[in-house]
Amino acid sequence: MSYRIEELLIVTIADLLRERSHVAVGAASPIPGAGALLARERSPALRVSVLGSEQHNTFTEGGRELFDCAAQGRIDAFFLGGAQIDGGANINLVGIGDYPAQSVRFPGSFGSAYLYFLVPNVILFSLAHSQRNLVSKVDFVSAPGTSEERIYRPGGPRVLLTSRCLFDFDQSLPGFRLRSVHPGETIETVTHNTGFEFDIAGDVDVTRIPTDGELDLIRGSIGAAIGETYPTFARTVLGIRC
Amino acid sequence: MVEVVDLETLVTRIEDGTSIALPPDYSGCAMSAVRLLIERGVTDLRVITVPQGGLQVDLLIGAGCVSVLESAAVTLGEHGLAPRFTDAMRTGSIHMRESTCPAIHAGLQAAEKGLPFMPLRGIIGSDLVRYRPDWIVQDNPFADDDPIVLLPAIRPDVALFHAPLADTDGNVWVGIRRELMTMAHAAETTLVTVEEVISDSLLADERTAAGVIPSMYIHGISVVEKGAWPVGLWGCYAADHDNLQDYVRRAITMEGFNEYLSVYVHGSAAASTP
Repeated sequence: MSYRIEELLIVTIADLLRERSHVAVGAASPIPGAGALLARERSPALRVSVLGSEQHNTFTEGGRELFDCAAQGRIDAFFLGGAQIDGGANINLVGIGDYPAQSVRFPGSFGSAYLYFLVPNVILFSLAHSQRNLVSKVDFVSAPGTSEERIYRPGGPRVLLTSRCLFDFDQSLPGFRLRSVHPGETIETVTHNTGFEFDIAGDVDVTRIPTDGELDLIRGSIGAAIGETYPTFARTVLGIRC
Repeated sequence: MVEVVDLETLVTRIEDGTSIALPPDYSGCAMSAVRLLIERGVTDLRVITVPQGGLQVDLLIGAGCVSVLESAAVTLGEHGLAPRFTDAMRTGSIHMRESTCPAIHAGLQAAEKGLPFMPLRGIIGSDLVRYRPDWIVQDNPFADDDPIVLLPAIRPDVALFHAPLADTDGNVWVGIRRELMTMAHAAETTLVTVEEVISDSLLADERTAAGVIPSMYIHGISVVEKGAWPVGLWGCYAADHDNLQDYVRRAITMEGFNEYLSVYVHGSAAASTP
């Protein structure tokens, strides 16, 4: 069955969540949300908290509960993005240019400056992948990729998933290492479109494509479930009527 | 005893220069009250979003009502960037106190505990610390070499939101939208619009009492049906996505924004919003 890039990313995210016990999905994250719901379909014990959802969110203590929960170690996976991400895994959700009168302004840092430190497996996710957003140095550090040893930091980046490839983040470098390229991409196309230097694994794989069964789920119950929170995404990308 | 007043009377409590806490689009926004504030031409508001802002914040900024904004983000969600906020940041017409979601929750929690500050994990090494001179990095006094961020309490003059239900004693039901509870505890004055006021006490039954802000924190209530429109109200009605789409399309330019205001805030549609 033919598939869309968004569907490949949803499946890749579900694969990345295999060992996790509680994944939370923050604002503006329809693809991570769908990936988390697909992962739960496979392992029903996985707890999924989709912010902004009434049906896939069991928090009862208001907006702060997610953050309190994360600080206690009760959430082991979260997604962060960035208008810019650099080779040190620093992320920028604020804007492009010199702060504050920037040429382009984005919504803001949300909870990134905190959750990046506290959630052990942060999946960096970006649908875009060009030298414009994957840069050598971010213009504003919403949240740093790494910290000095003395800073309390059980959390941090583990991978960066984009529309072209999947990188691992190696704390010891620190930096990214190319793990797999999506079908149609090569090491060369990834290098050409990435504004930071990165390592290349000895055996770069091609990212696994979705199975027919996975596509049926995504275009069916998973799509309808994420449509509660992201109706436009469910309708225009997954073809769901909601 | 909390007085149930008309909306005009309620919004007169919000004067020029007020610091005002507002919820995000998904948590009960008093949009009718905000439209009336804009029509009244309130100025110099110091807005605190709990923790992010949506349509009401973009409207207030576009209408020139805001001088200072403390926020973790301003967004219209799936409808896109908040155009008037984006423009105000570019031109520098508002002073931005850049924040992160848990810092706003923690600041309000400090206020509800009557504390001067609250410590919070993370944030160290973020540029937020650079641009927030009021945030202090200090050593944890209970450990060796453990720097931690201290945030000053956030005590808004006013908290303003919309909820489904109040009773005639002035208790307000917010269910699990506990950020509204925190806002009410932290603010000096809490003003609420509701869909409906009932005569049976919401505190009489423990099953509803758990989600109720007691009247001692509430200073004014107005009944406004569909008071959150065009954003949604949980359990009551969904957002009017066509209107939000229309807003985003128009508000890209100041002319378009003013057209939207003339129809939905100043115009005949303002009085008869669905």
